[in-house]
Amino acid sequence: MRTLTKLDGDSSRARRELHDQIQGAGPLARHTVDSTGQRQAGSASFHESAEKHVTGKAAYIDDLAVPADALHVALGLSPVAHGTLTQLDLNKVKEAPGVVDVITFHEVPGHTDIGPVFPGDPIFVDQEISYAGQCLFAVAATSLQVARRAVKLATISIDEQPASLDPVAATERGEFVRPTHVQTRGDWQQALDQADQIIEGELFVGGQEHFYLEGQACVVHPTEDEGVIVYTSNQHPSETQKLVAEVLDIPFHAVTVEVRRMGGGFGGKETQASPWACIAAIIARRTGKTVRLRLPRSDDMHATGKRHPFHNRYRLAIDAEGVIQGGEITVIGDCGYSPDLSDAIVDRAMFHADNAYSLGDAQVVGHRAKTHTASNTAFRGFGGPQGMMIIEAAMDDIARQVGEDPLTVRKRNFYRDGREVTHYGQQVDQRQLLHTLVETLESDSEYWVRRKAVSDFNATSPVIKRGLALTPVKFGISFTAQHLNQAGALLHVYTDGSVMINHGGTEMGQGLHTKICQVVARELGLDLDKVRITATRTDKVPNTSPTAASSGADLNGMAARDAAGKLRERLFDFAAGHYSEGLDREGMRLEDGMLVAGFGESERTIPWGELVQTAYLNRVSLSEKGFYATPLIHYDRSIGQGRPFYYYAFGAAVAEVSVDTLSGEYQVDRVDILHDVGDSLNPAIDIGQVEGGFIQGMGWLTSEELKWNDKGVLVSDGPATYKIPTFGDLPPVFNVALLEGHPNSMASLYRSKAVGEPPFMLGICVWSALRDALSSLTDYAISPHLDTPATPERVMLAANAIRKRVL
Amino acid sequence: MATIAFLLNGTPQRCDVSPDTSILTLLREHLAQTGTKEGCASGDCGACTVAIGESTTGTQRYTSANACITPAHQLQGRHLVTVEGLSEKGHLHPAQEAMIECHGSQCGFCTPGIVMSLFTLHSDLTQRPSPLTPERLEAALGGNLCRCTGYRPIRDAALSMNAIPYQRPQWFDATLPDSEIDTQPSDSSQTVAFFAQPASLAELAQLRQSSPQARLVAGGTDLWLESTQRLAPLDQLIDVSRVAELLTIEEAQLENQTGWWIGAGVTYTQLEPLFEAHFPAFAHLLHRLGSQQIRNRGTLGGNIANASPIGDTPPVLLALGAQVELASVTGKRRLALEDFFLDYKKTALAADEVISRIFIPQLVDSSQLRVWKLSKRREDDISALLGAFSYRVEQNVLRDVRIAFGGMAATPRRALAAEAALEGSAITREAFRAAQQALEDDFQPMSDVRGSQHYRQQAAQNLIERLYLSLSATDQEVMLHAYAH
Repeated sequence: MRTLTKLDGDSSRARRELHDQIQGAGPLARHTVDSTGQRQAGSASFHESAEKHVTGKAAYIDDLAVPADALHVALGLSPVAHGTLTQLDLNKVKEAPGVVDVITFHEVPGHTDIGPVFPGDPIFVDQEISYAGQCLFAVAATSLQVARRAVKLATISIDEQPASLDPVAATERGEFVRPTHVQTRGDWQQALDQADQIIEGELFVGGQEHFYLEGQACVVHPTEDEGVIVYTSNQHPSETQKLVAEVLDIPFHAVTVEVRRMGGGFGGKETQASPWACIAAIIARRTGKTVRLRLPRSDDMHATGKRHPFHNRYRLAIDAEGVIQGGEITVIGDCGYSPDLSDAIVDRAMFHADNAYSLGDAQVVGHRAKTHTASNTAFRGFGGPQGMMIIEAAMDDIARQVGEDPLTVRKRNFYRDGREVTHYGQQVDQRQLLHTLVETLESDSEYWVRRKAVSDFNATSPVIKRGLALTPVKFGISFTAQHLNQAGALLHVYTDGSVMINHGGTEMGQGLHTKICQVVARELGLDLDKVRITATRTDKVPNTSPTAASSGADLNGMAARDAAGKLRERLFDFAAGHYSEGLDREGMRLEDGMLVAGFGESERTIPWGELVQTAYLNRVSLSEKGFYATPLIHYDRSIGQGRPFYYYAFGAAVAEVSVDTLSGEYQVDRVDILHDVGDSLNPAIDIGQVEGGFIQGMGWLTSEELKWNDKGVLVSDGPATYKIPTFGDLPPVFNVALLEGHPNSMASLYRSKAVGEPPFMLGICVWSALRDALSSLTDYAISPHLDTPATPERVMLAANAIRKRVL
Repeated sequence: MATIAFLLNGTPQRCDVSPDTSILTLLREHLAQTGTKEGCASGDCGACTVAIGESTTGTQRYTSANACITPAHQLQGRHLVTVEGLSEKGHLHPAQEAMIECHGSQCGFCTPGIVMSLFTLHSDLTQRPSPLTPERLEAALGGNLCRCTGYRPIRDAALSMNAIPYQRPQWFDATLPDSEIDTQPSDSSQTVAFFAQPASLAELAQLRQSSPQARLVAGGTDLWLESTQRLAPLDQLIDVSRVAELLTIEEAQLENQTGWWIGAGVTYTQLEPLFEAHFPAFAHLLHRLGSQQIRNRGTLGGNIANASPIGDTPPVLLALGAQVELASVTGKRRLALEDFFLDYKKTALAADEVISRIFIPQLVDSSQLRVWKLSKRREDDISALLGAFSYRVEQNVLRDVRIAFGGMAATPRRALAAEAALEGSAITREAFRAAQQALEDDFQPMSDVRGSQHYRQQAAQNLIERLYLSLSATDQEVMLHAYAH
């Protein structure tokens, strides 16, 4: 047994020993030990908070101690989706024992619109109600229970109007939150006119609740000035700082926002964490007290937006081999009642309507439909997954039409030399990697052997049908809003040699802080234990971008590297001039906790601690800031052409499923994944992102069903009715590997690639495998219609429908 | 207010809290122990999982529970172990070590709950060594949602933790001296708010008569949602979980039938061995009922008294011809279960009565029981519909056919027309087609969040088809065995 101590060298050695012991006893724990011993960038270090996670010491917002007189806030939410607020009588609420403050639209001192990019999100309803769950008022009381019970005492009168809930009908009526955008390449109409064959189809792709385990939460302290300090579970502290300042009508410098960690984000805390901070800040300023606001799960699910549901259509010209010549794709994003991030999200759906396949001469149209639901928002993949679904549906449909295996048709359509430019004008670099990756997976997973086994099984099994599918992912990396592609970092070295790094990114479990510490350790030649990261704060690194678009490590890692590199050079300059033996400036390096100069017999070393101490005494600054802006990227929205992405990340997955075609029940029997992260920054963390993303993507397409009643009230409003994957949904055989030996062709952070979002779309293979199994009911002649999520209900009804078509 | 005396991670505690206080509230708000997290406050996510130790014959046995919906007052005399308590003097528990080793945490919010489920699995494996089958792992961890990892590293942690050396810490077997435990006042008439813990059926019946407005609580797995989700007051509670007569399972004869009297307070976990031995299909259903945390707390009596149309056990009990015994100060009466359910959430239970026992007759003369539950997710989900079928086949003719469904009507109900179509019929497609048709007379299901009316009607008919195929096409796989037997 080992002692739990502070993270020092002994501790890591002991952990390695323990690790070897586990490896010896059972082969199950993955091989995760760093061969270099220092756990710098490139090694499989543990999550920086792992020990705190497992002991319960990692503090989340609701765990923070607050003063005894702190106030707790509950929200009054609209019970109807559309209407006019005619009366809001809060007298009984105010009179309830323990209630200290009640605020509405009229108590907001500054801005009342907190739309993140475009206006349209009132902090409280003034008169017009736009969705069920919209915030009408807030109650602050001595406890959360008192506040929640007081909310129920309000008298609310609403002149209810019919809710618009169908995005297709809204599109037909021209009801959009933002204008329609079009991307066109070549003469797509002519391609259709001259086609051998035309194939068309449509698909409803359901939304998804984030279901971060830690719900929306913040604590706000009033400061001695006119401002506030905000502790929040939040992917975008700088935006929260801005919005809080604006609703309070105070300068930004009066607001400090701090995020230590989130209990999950997935995009749900990019814009939608701010309203709660704004409300709590108003109450904190009004009462002079610390205010805690945490949304109970059901309020959270009613009040916040989700992944956009999409209605997609395709009409494609194909040749006899099933290769796409051109055509048109239309995607309709159900944006909810306001723009939020929907412009960029529907854009990203359009950017990914090709996935890994050349569309030829094509037009892609994206509508942003307005409906009376919560404003749908960022969610891992940011529209990309919904866009990809339509072309993956088309691939399966084409395969049935031309009588080929879907994998064969997919490979024929891959981007390749001569077919290398997307419908938005970007050349697909590293396109050969896609072929290599898929061929490797095809062989490692024994796709064709299993294809035969599946067909043989199905031939003799009328009820239980097996399905198999391999689907690829090509995902563009960069914010499509160019200005967001920047990051800052702040590095301090203290006189004992310990290092503190801060940057603009936030930790939501993805291991960003671990990777950033590893980058600094590598740049300064230190053991990881020497580098510590603390909470992300707007007063340490200002004007930051959200931690989103998979960009956290790419951007902030480069900024941290910049800071460390500058400091290193300064120390080299100092050392070259300071030490009397005359150190060779040219070959200086930081390695194994030492400055090393010269080579061979002339090599001289100075321990890091001594170097730092000496530099300090000689009045050399030991602090540095870093900055990074992604080069090359641009996109001209007026013509729908450009190079919006710095690079693409690739991956592919194979799923095998068994389907009970009588009951619609199914199970995922085996999954094989090969994924491209360039040169991995941390293989253990990257594998974790790949696996977690896959399962989350699978859940989106299978069991996670959002349901609203016909009045627009969400009825799947808790984990009893909204089913994310659980332990038994993990496939019994789950082979996951990172593609090795293919560094990023662009000069990214140590040639790594972003990993947060791309693996999410690997889950599409499960849906495609379900369709494959259903298609076997017709001996693969018909491609079944299967909207998502493919719940057992949808699968059973699809089986019934396809059987009727054959009979 | 009433005092609870219990051990928290080995240390005696005395707390005065109101009857509606959950263990989670007690920990986070009264004891400033914030390692245990709230994810949903409805017993569905497992982030608040704690272990509750009960000493039987000198050794402590720990079972997992969702702290968010477990009444704090039920801790009386028990040992509560939380994530803060696992590491002793800096030594991590193997569950914690393995989670770090396998990269089992990402955001970390579900992690304390997962660690606690692993802890109860670990102590169970230590006390009763047995192979760690996939089914056992699933049972142990199916009630802990993780949104980040996809569970693979958690599976690895579960599989590797037993290889890590472990010395049982001193607190493990600690029990609270009896002198520390106050006997609860059984006379509730003195106080407005109370949490009464009767020890005998007679006491329980007295309480029920004197305070008919008070709510009965056993596991609290459904009742507590009234507090956490609907904010209803639960200030007068009668705890049936320590009533001796309600906790027994006895083999017995009733009206020439052999079977078992099962105390209404017997938990699903406690039922498992009996069902494994005599009703494997029912046992399989239990594995899909709620999560381990719920099965450790929820009771057969609670599932019946709750009278939900989508409760999992009532359709099975209806198909088996179970009877319920109701007790009050004036005596006991017995009812066939179908006579107990009157309408949506309405039962034959009088205001002064409790369900004391349930009689389940043994399957005789080669009778068969099939239980098929349909839900969106295989584990820890509520039925969209559930069909239970009992019958025997005598020379290719169906006899003693009893079919019951949940999710198809306002109460769990028998499909009498479908039964009639099959009773005495040969196993032919025509007979089963008639039964499928008859289902339309039996039920007019509704659409809700768990399934549409059309789906329910179709799926129920398809289950009849499945029954036909399982009897006639015995060389074929006609269901997926992870779901159904």
